[in-house]
This record gives sequence, C-alpha cells and structure tokens, in this order.
Amino acid sequence: MNRVLILGATSPIARALALRFASDGAQLYLAARNADEARRVAEDVSARAGVTALSGTFDASDFASHDEFVRHAAAALGGLDGVVVCFGTLGDEDSAQTDPGEALATIHQNFTGAVSLITLAARHLEQQRSGFIIVIGSVAGERGRKKNYVYGSAKGALATFAQGLRGRLAASGVHVMTVKLGTVDTRMTWGREGALLTIAPAKAADLIYAAYRKRAEVVYVPWFWRLIMGAIRMIPESRFKRVSF
Amino acid sequence: MTTNTISVPNPRRALLAGWGRYPLSESDVYRPDRIAELQAVVTANSTSLIARGAGRAYGDAALNDQNRVVDLTRLNRMLSFDPATGLLRCEAAVTIAELIDVFLPRGFFPPVTPGTRFVTLGGSVAADVHGKNHHRDSSLASHVTWFDLMIASGEVIRCSREENSALFWATVGGMGLTGVILELELRMRHVESAYLDGELIRAGNVDAAIEAFERIDAQYGYSVAWIDCNSTKSALGRSILNVGNFATLDQLPPNLAQNPLSTMPKLSPRVPFNFPAVNSLTVRAFNAVNYAIHREKAAHTIFDWDSFFYPLDSIRNWPRIYGKRGFVQYQCVWPPAESRAGLVEVLEAITRSRRGSFLAVLKKFGAQDGLLSFPMPGYTLAIDFPVTDGMLEFLDTLDVMVLKRGGRVYLAKDARMSPETFRAMYPNLGNWQAAKSSADPENRFSSSLSRRLRMTE
Repeated sequence: MNRVLILGATSPIARALALRFASDGAQLYLAARNADEARRVAEDVSARAGVTALSGTFDASDFASHDEFVRHAAAALGGLDGVVVCFGTLGDEDSAQTDPGEALATIHQNFTGAVSLITLAARHLEQQRSGFIIVIGSVAGERGRKKNYVYGSAKGALATFAQGLRGRLAASGVHVMTVKLGTVDTRMTWGREGALLTIAPAKAADLIYAAYRKRAEVVYVPWFWRLIMGAIRMIPESRFKRVSF
Repeated sequence: MTTNTISVPNPRRALLAGWGRYPLSESDVYRPDRIAELQAVVTANSTSLIARGAGRAYGDAALNDQNRVVDLTRLNRMLSFDPATGLLRCEAAVTIAELIDVFLPRGFFPPVTPGTRFVTLGGSVAADVHGKNHHRDSSLASHVTWFDLMIASGEVIRCSREENSALFWATVGGMGLTGVILELELRMRHVESAYLDGELIRAGNVDAAIEAFERIDAQYGYSVAWIDCNSTKSALGRSILNVGNFATLDQLPPNLAQNPLSTMPKLSPRVPFNFPAVNSLTVRAFNAVNYAIHREKAAHTIFDWDSFFYPLDSIRNWPRIYGKRGFVQYQCVWPPAESRAGLVEVLEAITRSRRGSFLAVLKKFGAQDGLLSFPMPGYTLAIDFPVTDGMLEFLDTLDVMVLKRGGRVYLAKDARMSPETFRAMYPNLGNWQAAKSSADPENRFSSSLSRRLRMTE
C-alpha cells in the first residue's frame, strides 16, 4: 500500500496527479488551504477511482502548525510512504517588487512553507528508511527574470533545497524527485500574454507520474524545457537584463 | 503575511464561438478553479455575465459579446455515487463523456444523452437537452433530483421540484440566465452491458418514417432517424431509423458477453460520415450512399454504445468541414397533429433551396416541463445549414412555417431567430421572466442570445 500525502491538492495538476496515484491503488490524504475544496477534490478522486481518499486542511505559512499537521496526516493514512508538494502561488508580482510583505508572502507560500513541511515529512521517511518526496518546482527558478523574480527565486531555492535533500536521503533509500514545470494551463498562465507551449494539467500529471515511476531525479515537464532553459541560462547577464520576457 | 481573501481571478480576453462557429464574439473569460473564485466573479460589480461549459451550444447561448463569460470547466468534481440507487452528486461541469468513462464499466449510463457526449451536465440542464429516448424518458433534467444554483447575489440556492420550484423550472431550459448551476444530483441508469440491441429500419418517405416511429415506440427506448433531405416527391423524407435498447447479458453473443461493460469496443456498422467538403453535390452523394448501404431488410443488430449514440463524435471537429463561416443547426418541433404536414413543408422548402445540409435528424418527442424547454409532444427535425449568402433569410421563412403550425425552434442551437418569433414560440415567457427577475433583479446574467431575443423585456 502506497500512502501518499499531497500538499496543495486543489491545483489542477495535483488533482490529476492524485487520480493517477489513486488509480494505482494508493491511499491518499489530500490537503489544501480550504477544507471544503480539499474535500471536493478527495470526493472526486474517490468517485472516479473507486477508492476512499482522505482530505484535510493546512496553511503553508503557519509554520507552527506543520508538525501536528504532518503527524495527523500520517496517522490518518496509517503511515506515510510519500509526499507530493504541489502548493505554490505566483502572488502579486507587481506589488511584490516594492512591498516586502507581499514579497515575503510569496517566499513563504513557495519556499519556506515547503521547507518546513518537507523537513518534517523527511524525518518520518528517513526513520522508516523508505519512501519518496516529489517537489513540484518551476522553470521560473532557473533564472531570475525581471517579471517574476520573487516567485522565481523561491522556486530556485526550493530546487536547491530538494537537490541537497536528495543527496542526504539517498543513504536512507528515500527518493527525492524535483519537477521543473514549464507553462501549464492553470490560473498562473490564464489570461497572461506570452504563455507559450502550454500543456494541459492532466498531461503534466501524466508526465510527472511517469517520471515518478521511473524514479527520475530531476525532470523537466515537458522535456523540451530542459533545452529552452539551457539556452536561456547561456545568455550573458549584460544581455539578459535587457530582455523583456 | 499572505492574504486569504479570494479576489477575482484574471480574465482572458478571448474570441469565442458556439459549436457552429457562428457567430464569433469577444469576451473577458474567467475560469475559476474554486467555488470562492466563482463567487468573486459572480458578485464583482461589473458587466453582464454568462456561464459557459463545454461550448457545445451551437449558436450564441454561451456567448456574451463585449461582456463577461465564466468558463466552468474546472469545476467538474464528482462528489458521491451510490450504486444502490444510481444517484450521483457532482459539480455541473462534469461531462457526459466523463460519466461514461467512470460509470459504464460499473454498469451505469447517463439516463439521457444528446448526440454528443462532450457536453456538461450544467449546460444540459440549462438547455434542457433531450436524447434518443425522449419519447420515453423525457429530458436529462427529468433525472436530476436537485441542483444548487449560484444566483446574482452570490448566494447558493438548492432547487428541486419541491424546493424553490419556480426557480427550478425557470433554470431547466433557462439558458443559464437565472444563475450558475454549481452542483446537482443525477439518477444514473443501470445497464447490463455497453451494447444496444436494435435495428436499422429503412423508411421510404415521411409517412413511412412516422409510421415506423409509431410502430416501434413501445418496443424501443431509443430511436432516431437520419433523413436524406435531398430526396424529393414520393421519396421525400426517406430515412433510416436507428432504434434500440440496452442489451441484456443474454442478448449478447458470447464473445461480447465475456466483457459486457467494456467501454472500448468498435464493432458495429457506423453511419458513414466520410466526406471531403460539403457542397450540395457531395451532400447529395453522401445521402445516396448512406441510404444505399442500409438498404438490406431490417434485422436485429448489436451496436456498441459509441456508434449508437455518438456517430458524429468520432469526427471531433466536424463543424469545421462547413468552412470558415460556420454553420447554424436549425432544430424545430411541431405538435403531433401538425408534424406530418410541417415536415413535408419544411423538407420541400429545403430541397428546393438546395442549401444542402447532409445532417438531418428526425425524432419523436414526449412532453416537457421547463418554462422555456424546447421539447413538446410531436416530431422534431434538426438540419445543418452552412453559413452562406441568403441562408439567414431562408431560415426566417422556415420560422414562419414552423410558427404557423404551433411549433418552435431550439434555443440551444439558435443563432439568428428574431425576438418576435421567439415570443410567439415560447408562450411561458412571462412566467419565466417573473422567476428570472426574482432571482436576478438587476439582470446581471445575460448573454448574446438573451439580448438578441430580448428575453427579459
């Protein structure tokens, strides 16, 4: 039995991913900030996959609550074999550029909240010497762009954190996979110009699940973002600071 | 720290069309992932709003030119299912296709389905859609026990035949103008197999087709006729009836009975739709071929659910074959006493006009209760018209014929009817308006269709 905690379960990618896990017989605890929305997603996964998924609520920015939350979720599942970190928000990038409160909120939602929760879950997995952690990051973390560098820096930091954790947990047989998402058709890209090469959330979930099954370490979703970001990283800083995308 | 209040999500400025790709309109489109976001969109003190599901209404029902559209496709969560009763509770953007994928392997099928499975349940209630079993089982909404409606104030109201019944009957067939259908309970139909036991019946003309419908009425739950609308004179209305019932296990041949609920089969003769382009020549050739291959005598056949219910879904984007200008599907219904004469009159006019539409469908209806519901007892005819010069004027002449015989035209397919014709065809409009204005006093929910037809005036 695969007992999996999905954090940020109401995102369309998390929903689709939850269904993949459930269809393979995983037992799920689906957590999101809003309890009613989390319950609806759990009911949906349950009805479609013919399972019983659990749901609950958590707040990524309320660090003090995390320990009890992770214990509670693990107890409800009767153990914990994996954690999928799907939460994150683009936030209001315009105000984050001038308002430190907004900037820090974006960092907490995307990075520090995840660090807190992953550390707690990792402790659990490390003790039992098995399990996995999937961290959904973004190609926005590969290079700071003038338009979304607050969000990008959080996702970049998250990737670095996951990278180190992967090394540390390798000895205990706990697998850490980093996903670098390109543009997916979610509310982050809806209505934004220049959201090119966008894929459906269900497609992204398929690719993530396939990579998880292959125990990939770092996966770009879809794969061609590895090439795109490789090219973007090579642009000299003096040039890059003038490009407007 | 982060703010927890839900703000109105970003809209996307988009060019939208219905399934007929006519007309086109530009709107700010919102696509909430969560109910609180929908509520923020609904209650934003802003311009007119209309809900949109899968965009399968043919005309301008889910358009709101230069105003706001809320795309509900992400609010499609299934909430509970009880196999003992077949009762399914789900959000409104769940599609018929999803119901089949999830529940047919468990022995349940949607109680009613239109000719495409890519429609949402919310849209199906709002248009009060019918299927091939209307004469027996009425519309999809007849199998909905209740729904939750988000009205203009943002409040969510439970509507059923007992509770808020005026709003229930104004919303069933109410084209989304009373509010946003959020969630509903639907009674799924238990089936023993994913196959239908039925017949293809050849009918030489209108009289033979009507006679065949009346004859098979009691025997078959599902029936539809494909009309060759280019045949004339004594062959006017020659058609092929496709009729059937869900097959019981003992009706299936052994090879199918082994896996009776498989949703993947492709076994039966499809109504052939394979054509390079649509002009009057290819349409006539198509209809002649279609009729010829079904010339054999009627015989019992096992159909798979896909080819029986959705012969056109296998061509995902079939509207595009009509070209860039799009098409209008004209669907009308006549009361029983006028059905034969009405059919003859309209088919003759279409034949004369040579506006060649290859798709003509004939179906017998039963009664319907929604204040603006399209079905009424009698016969309904549906025909596609590619947008060409003079086509709109031609359809106006069909309106006159239909109205004269006490018939009406289907709003979910309409893109061009006049407000005067609409008023004359829908005599319960006054009662509908009363319910609409009590739920939406400021007329916040409106659409290109409602403005064109002046539905609230």
